[in-house]
Amino acid sequence: MAEIQRAGEVIEASTTDFTAQCYELYEIPPLGSLVKTKDLSVELYGIVYNAATTSLEPGRRPIARGKDEQSEEAIYRSSPQLLKLLKSEFGALVVGHKKDNKLYHYLPPKPARIHSFVYLCPPEEVKEFGQSFDFLNILINARLPVPTEELISASLRQMSQAHPDPRTFLVAAGKELAILLSGNLNQLKTILGRIRI
Amino acid sequence: MTENQRLGIVVSGSLNKGVEVKLDSSASIEDMAVGRFVTIEGQKRRFFGMITDVSLGVTDQRLALTPPDVSDPFIAEVLAGTSTFGTLHVSPSLVIGGDAATMLEGPQPVKTIPSHFSAVKLATQEDVELVFGTEDEKRFFIGNPLDMEVKLCLDLEELVKRSNGIFGKSGTGKTFLTRILLIGMLQKSRAVNLVFDMHNEYGWAGTREGGPPVKALKQLFQSRVAVFTLDEENSRHRGVSTDGVVRIGHDEIEPEDIVLLRQTLNLTEPAVEAVYQVHRRYGKNWLQNTLDLDAEESKELLKELNIHDSTFQNLRRGLATIQRLPFIEPSPPTNAVKAILEHLDRGTNVVLEFGRYRDITAYILVANMLSRRIYAQYQSRMEKATAAAKDNLKPRPLVITIEEAHKFLNPEVAGQTIFGVIAREMRKYNVTLLVIDQRPSGIDSEVMSQLGTKITCLLDNERDIDSVLAGVSGRAELKSVLAKLAAKQQALIFGHAVPMPVAFQPREYGSAQSYREFTSAGKAEVEKDIEKLWD
Repeated sequence: MAEIQRAGEVIEASTTDFTAQCYELYEIPPLGSLVKTKDLSVELYGIVYNAATTSLEPGRRPIARGKDEQSEEAIYRSSPQLLKLLKSEFGALVVGHKKDNKLYHYLPPKPARIHSFVYLCPPEEVKEFGQSFDFLNILINARLPVPTEELISASLRQMSQAHPDPRTFLVAAGKELAILLSGNLNQLKTILGRIRI
Repeated sequence: MTENQRLGIVVSGSLNKGVEVKLDSSASIEDMAVGRFVTIEGQKRRFFGMITDVSLGVTDQRLALTPPDVSDPFIAEVLAGTSTFGTLHVSPSLVIGGDAATMLEGPQPVKTIPSHFSAVKLATQEDVELVFGTEDEKRFFIGNPLDMEVKLCLDLEELVKRSNGIFGKSGTGKTFLTRILLIGMLQKSRAVNLVFDMHNEYGWAGTREGGPPVKALKQLFQSRVAVFTLDEENSRHRGVSTDGVVRIGHDEIEPEDIVLLRQTLNLTEPAVEAVYQVHRRYGKNWLQNTLDLDAEESKELLKELNIHDSTFQNLRRGLATIQRLPFIEPSPPTNAVKAILEHLDRGTNVVLEFGRYRDITAYILVANMLSRRIYAQYQSRMEKATAAAKDNLKPRPLVITIEEAHKFLNPEVAGQTIFGVIAREMRKYNVTLLVIDQRPSGIDSEVMSQLGTKITCLLDNERDIDSVLAGVSGRAELKSVLAKLAAKQQALIFGHAVPMPVAFQPREYGSAQSYREFTSAGKAEVEKDIEKLWD
């Protein structure tokens, strides 16, 4: 992938997370993937923790349309306006930032700006970011609508794919988690069960 | 595993109890062994110590209650070193670098402990050599520290300055160890040995479990060892070339010898008292005279000395037992003590074989009697030399080797036997003991405390272990090392001649190669001397 893939645009932002809308319906980055956006000189890194596809207008719910159609694709073909009436959004938890070409695995000074573009990080960048596991602490302590264990395991699975030796990466991450979660054995066990290779 | 790999870090500890080391996840706890040497890189000093305990830890107790699925290698790998980890208990005993004293004088005893999170590594060959030295003119290679290829060398000149002990259960290798030490003394120190060889193991050939007999001192060092025997016939049967036969005259036995034999001869307390009375009455020939008395004469004697008849009968029975010993003669043709002393003076080591007379009565009687004479000689010569202030008049250092030492040195008789005296006054008169025993708890604690260096093979009786380790610092740790020694060919040495306690495997003894190594060590020095002449 030569060009960095643009995943969407920030439509809501706070210090700890931001929400982005995808340009195309259903083109959502996978759960746990690393995305980045910009606030002037600072690049913000986020991990996708949640995604939703809803009606463009909050009061207007979609209705079932497939009674006379042969396939699901046929629904969209016969009602092309649907693609414009629905939207896909995803939320990303801010886990670090890059300033003056230096990576910091903690929160940036300012949140992302609305309408900033959100990009999916290429493997080299994911690898670079994954060299430190300090971001795991942010994930562990975040209050999210999805279970933390799911998010952590998903993000580690995603990151491991950028590494030539995923197992070594996951073992190292697992060890870091074992230290961070030494007081919460069940959580540790759940995560390890989800990232095992 | 490379030798200098980091094992872990210091996490807690005290000088008294040693330090706790948390193992790194890369180091397997199963590779660790009690008794191995490690170095600890403190901020200012390098410490040298020994692993004395290995344990397992978990960060969360629940992990122990609901164990994770470790059949999955991934989970096992993650948890190893983090949630579950190994700990080592290390007792640092020496400082081997970092301060001025260690640079000038070599390893120093520890007076502090390394700081938190100091790195712990396996000791390298250089480290161990720094501590235990290398083989040279004074140092003798006795074995390898457990699990290491490094040579453990003893300064034998230092060793023989004090009395020493070798302990261990029967069949743990005491005899082999003693043989190695005797060879070492013969080669590397000025001291001569007098060995009371109860089981005929040290002179010509020794037995080996499940193998052919091994060569002993005389076969290896023909010119420097003399074998005396109490039982000429037996020695001849075994094909031993002896240098002399020991016969003991009746007049050589003194009341003190009888006192020592009280238990073995089953004498009563009054009977022992009577010995002194009879001795006063008859003088030198008391034994002969007492046994020769007829009924009339004895009645008179009893009346005169106020001895009860049953006491006298008890005494006579005891004395008759002694008289029946075949090497006791009314008037022997040679003076054994003189012959032995002559050999010792020439620097020849003397092994006294007991042949068939292995019962303890003979052993105690002979060992005690000869030692007393020899010791008296040494004492008078030493006093003369001191008075004349001439070092060259001083007799050669003598090491007397005794087996079954608890018979001579038990609390009841230690005060009376010559060995008790030697053990206590030790080096003043250049005579020291090498005590070999399997029941160290039977030895008087006062004597035990005077032993300079102790080497102990496996002991499993609690009292024996306690008595061997009495007064040693880090006793609890050594106890665990001692209890884990293999039943054969492993020993723990501690005391005067070594800078720190160490568990080791004695060097090989019994193969043709080993004999060559033992004998060539002496020859190599001669060759070196010859080379020097040409330089």
